[in-house]
Amino acid sequence: MKIGLRDLVLNPEILKAGRRILLSGTVYTARDAAHKRIIAMLNSGDAAPFNLKNAVIYYCGPSPAKPGAVIGACGPTTSSRMDVFTPKILEEGVKFLIGKGARSEAVVNSIKENGAVYLVATGGAAALLSKTVKKADLIAFEDLGPEAVYKLEVKDMPLIVAVDSTGSNIFELNRTVTSQKSTH
Amino acid sequence: MRKIKSETIINVVENLCAEANFELPVDVLKALEKNVVLEKDTAKDILEEIIENANIAKEERIPLCQDTGTANFFIKVGRNVDIVDGDICTAINKGVSLGYANNYLRGSIVSDPIERKNTKNNTPANIYIDIVSGDKIEITFLPKGGGSENASALKMLTPSVGWDGIKEFVLSAVGEKGRNACPPLVVGVGVGGDFASVGLMSKKALLREIGSENESAFYGKKEIELLNDINKLNIGPMGMGGKTTALAVFIEIKPAHIASLPVAVSIQCHSCRRKTVII
Repeated sequence: MKIGLRDLVLNPEILKAGRRILLSGTVYTARDAAHKRIIAMLNSGDAAPFNLKNAVIYYCGPSPAKPGAVIGACGPTTSSRMDVFTPKILEEGVKFLIGKGARSEAVVNSIKENGAVYLVATGGAAALLSKTVKKADLIAFEDLGPEAVYKLEVKDMPLIVAVDSTGSNIFELNRTVTSQKSTH
Repeated sequence: MRKIKSETIINVVENLCAEANFELPVDVLKALEKNVVLEKDTAKDILEEIIENANIAKEERIPLCQDTGTANFFIKVGRNVDIVDGDICTAINKGVSLGYANNYLRGSIVSDPIERKNTKNNTPANIYIDIVSGDKIEITFLPKGGGSENASALKMLTPSVGWDGIKEFVLSAVGEKGRNACPPLVVGVGVGGDFASVGLMSKKALLREIGSENESAFYGKKEIELLNDINKLNIGPMGMGGKTTALAVFIEIKPAHIASLPVAVSIQCHSCRRKTVII
């Protein structure tokens, strides 16, 4: 299913766990170091380097762009490292998170409470994902190198809904299937 | 003594950095292709995406993964080799800094684990050197991503737990964090030795070609047993469920102290990049 960001913001509930989508719109990259700085800025009363309201955060530290390329390889990094920051980020209005791998119970609860959605991209499919990025602008924390914040315009980025706005979690669903199998 | 210029080593390493990060080894690609037909739905789609990614990376010389890894080097230096104009570690680090910068590969190393300032050129490399007979230098490069490395685990078991204890530990390590480490995985298991050596054994195990047999028939069977059990965990490609949680399990062993049964599990993501050159 192709989906634009505007439709997503209006109707996050159409994204059910397990659904595959092709996302188009603006996403912001932020990894561990950028999260740490953003949280510190918020805690000291400063504004974040981009508007967090309804924003999409992509856990990604791209490789450098070759001359003439929009961006280098840009797949997702492991989301669980951001778990400590995520509830605060969602309270500030971020609606969509893109990464890879499972999230903590606290994050899943926070996703549900805030009507947010966690999506996963295929880790290690970074050359393929780079083809979906049409524009990339460095907007903050240049000194962090690959951990800087980039504003990306993506077109038809292939994603899977991992935790939906009702808290339904694809990783837990898989686990349930396994434990049912093993008890039979 | 055969003289080898350090410049030769620098050039070889520079090229290795590029080739390993742009081209998935044939054995890994074959293993992925073999598993596509076993999967359906999302699991199948993900494996197909991974294969398509490998094709794009190779053709357009884009890194397979943005995490172009910690630069691990396993070197065998012939004792009849004389390296002129420098030493091997300096040459390797120079090759890495050139290879990463010139090929737009990501610098993923911070100089201090607490201060965390990026060195920008992915140095220093992790270099492991063995002295062997002969007059050649064999250089194996394993760029290893941080996500899978974080899923690796080491435990000092007691000898009484035996194989069952080893198996339980490997399955719990894969079960606990495997879904975050970009499965399908390659799992390197080190058994024996001591605390320091068992981790290195598990990492060296990752260098084996998928489909190759363990020299020991006993451990060969154990590898198959572990692979089958891991693939019953329903973690699947990218942790989204499925039969393909691991492509291979490789076991390396060493003699151990009478009191100890060290076990290490090195988790490698599907982007199992490695390449060897002999000078």
